[in-house]
Amino acid sequence: MHHTIEVHDLRFKYPDGHEALMGVSLHIEPGEKVALVGPNGAGKSTLMLHLNGILPSENGNVKVCGLPVHKDTLGKVRAAVGLVFQDPDDQLFSPTVFEDVAFGPLHMGVAETEVRQRVDAALAAVGMSAYLQRVSHHLSVGEKKRIAIATVLSMNPEILVLDEPSAGLDPRARRGLINLLRDLPQTMLVSTHDLRLVEEVFPRTVIMDQGRVAADGPTEHILSDAALLTAHGLEI
Amino acid sequence: MLHIDLADHARHGSSRVHRLDPRVKVIATLLFILTASLLPSGAWLSFVFLFLATLVVASQTGLGITYALRRSFVALPFALAAITLPFTVPGPAIAQFGPLTLSADGTIRFLSLLIKSWLSVQIALMMTATTAFADLLWALRELRVPRPLISIVSFMYRYMFVLADESLRLTRARASRSAAGAGRTGGGLIWRGKVAGGLVGNLALRAFERSERVYNAMLARGFQGELKTLTPPALTDTDRNTLVGWVTFLAMVGLMGFIF
Repeated sequence: MHHTIEVHDLRFKYPDGHEALMGVSLHIEPGEKVALVGPNGAGKSTLMLHLNGILPSENGNVKVCGLPVHKDTLGKVRAAVGLVFQDPDDQLFSPTVFEDVAFGPLHMGVAETEVRQRVDAALAAVGMSAYLQRVSHHLSVGEKKRIAIATVLSMNPEILVLDEPSAGLDPRARRGLINLLRDLPQTMLVSTHDLRLVEEVFPRTVIMDQGRVAADGPTEHILSDAALLTAHGLEI
Repeated sequence: MLHIDLADHARHGSSRVHRLDPRVKVIATLLFILTASLLPSGAWLSFVFLFLATLVVASQTGLGITYALRRSFVALPFALAAITLPFTVPGPAIAQFGPLTLSADGTIRFLSLLIKSWLSVQIALMMTATTAFADLLWALRELRVPRPLISIVSFMYRYMFVLADESLRLTRARASRSAAGAGRTGGGLIWRGKVAGGLVGNLALRAFERSERVYNAMLARGFQGELKTLTPPALTDTDRNTLVGWVTFLAMVGLMGFIF
C-alpha cells in the first residue's frame, strides 16, 4: 500500500446550496505530515469528511492509498484513514473508554483477542493505559482528545486525519499533543488554527480559503510570508 | 469547565457482590422481585426471610447495611397508590373513620404490598450500586433485551451528561444577560415563555446536530448498521453457585409463604 492522499478538482455543495469546496486539488506523499490551515468556513472540515467517504465524492476524484473513494471501497478506505473529529464528545460515544477504542477494530471484523491487544497498544501510544475502564464524561478535554486519537489508532490506520486536535487544550495538554503528533509514524493531515503547532510539527502547510487551496508549500516559506497570511486571516 | 455531575448510582468496590457477573446480579434481582410479588398477602414469615436476605446481601456489598435501607424509602410514596385497599376490600371491620370502614383483610393486603415493594426496591438499589452502568448494559444485552433498546439507553447515558452541560451553559448565558435595568425588570409571562421555549428549541437543535456528528464518527470507524460487541466472559463457578443458592433460597421462601 502506498499511503498517499490524492484529491483532484474536488467540488462539493451542501444540500442547502452552500458551496463548500470549489475545485480542491491536493497530493500528499506517504509519511508526509501536512498542516491544513485557513479561516473558519474555508472548507477544511468538509474536505476531511471526503477523505474517508462520509461525504460522497462524485467521479473518483478522491483517492486514498491508491483506492478511489466510492461506495464499494468504503470499508477499506475507512480502515486506512483514521478520521478524528473536532469535538471529542462526538468521537467518544460509548459508555466506557475501552468500548470506544475497541469500536473501530471490532467493526472491521478483527478477532477478539487481537481487538484487546490493539486497544492496549492504542491507549499506550497516547499514554492513557490507566483509563481503560473509565467513563468518558468524567474525563478532561485533554484526556478526551488523546483517547479520541486512540480510537482510530486501534484501527491501525495508514493515514491520520485530525480536525483541530489542539482546540481547547491548556498549554500542558497541548505540549503533550505536540509530542504525540511528532512521534506517530502515520501520514498526517491535520487542520488547525494553531500556527505555532504547525511550525513545530509539520514540514508542509496548505492554506485553504473559500473552498479553494490558496497556498501549498514548505511551512517555513508559508509562515514567513506575512502578506499571504494576512490575506487569509491568519496570524502567528 | 462547567460540568453537571448527574448522580451515578454505581459505587466502586471489590466486594463479593461487586465481583459477581452482572448477568447473575440481574437475574437474581429479577427473581427476588418476582418471588416477593408472588407471595400471598400476610406471609409474614417469608417476608422476614426476604428481609434477612437483603441484610445478608447488604453486609456482603461493603456499602454498609444501611445503604439500601436509607434509600429505599423513596419508593414508599408509590405504594400509597394502594392506600384505598384497607377501605375497599371486604372483611371484618377493625376501625371506623366517619363513613370509611377499615377492614382487617384490606389492611393486611396493604401492609404486605408495602413490605414487598420496600424489599424489592432495596435489592434493586444494591444491584445498581454494585454494578457499573456499562456492565449492566451488556448483561441486559446478553439476557436478550432487544438491541435497539440497549443502544438507545447506552447513547442516552453517554449524552445525558453532555446535554445537561449544554443546557447548563444556555441557562447561564441567559442568566448573565438578565440584568436589571433602571426601568422595568423581568418581562411578562409571555416573554419569559418565549425565552424558555427558545432555550428548549436551541437545545433540541444542538442535540439533533450532535447526533449527526456522532453518527459520522461511527461511520468513520467502520459502523455498517449493526453494533458489534465482544463476547462476554463465561460464568465462573462462584457465579453459578451463587445463583443456584439464591434460586433455592427464593424457592423455599416462596413455598413457605404458601404453606404457612
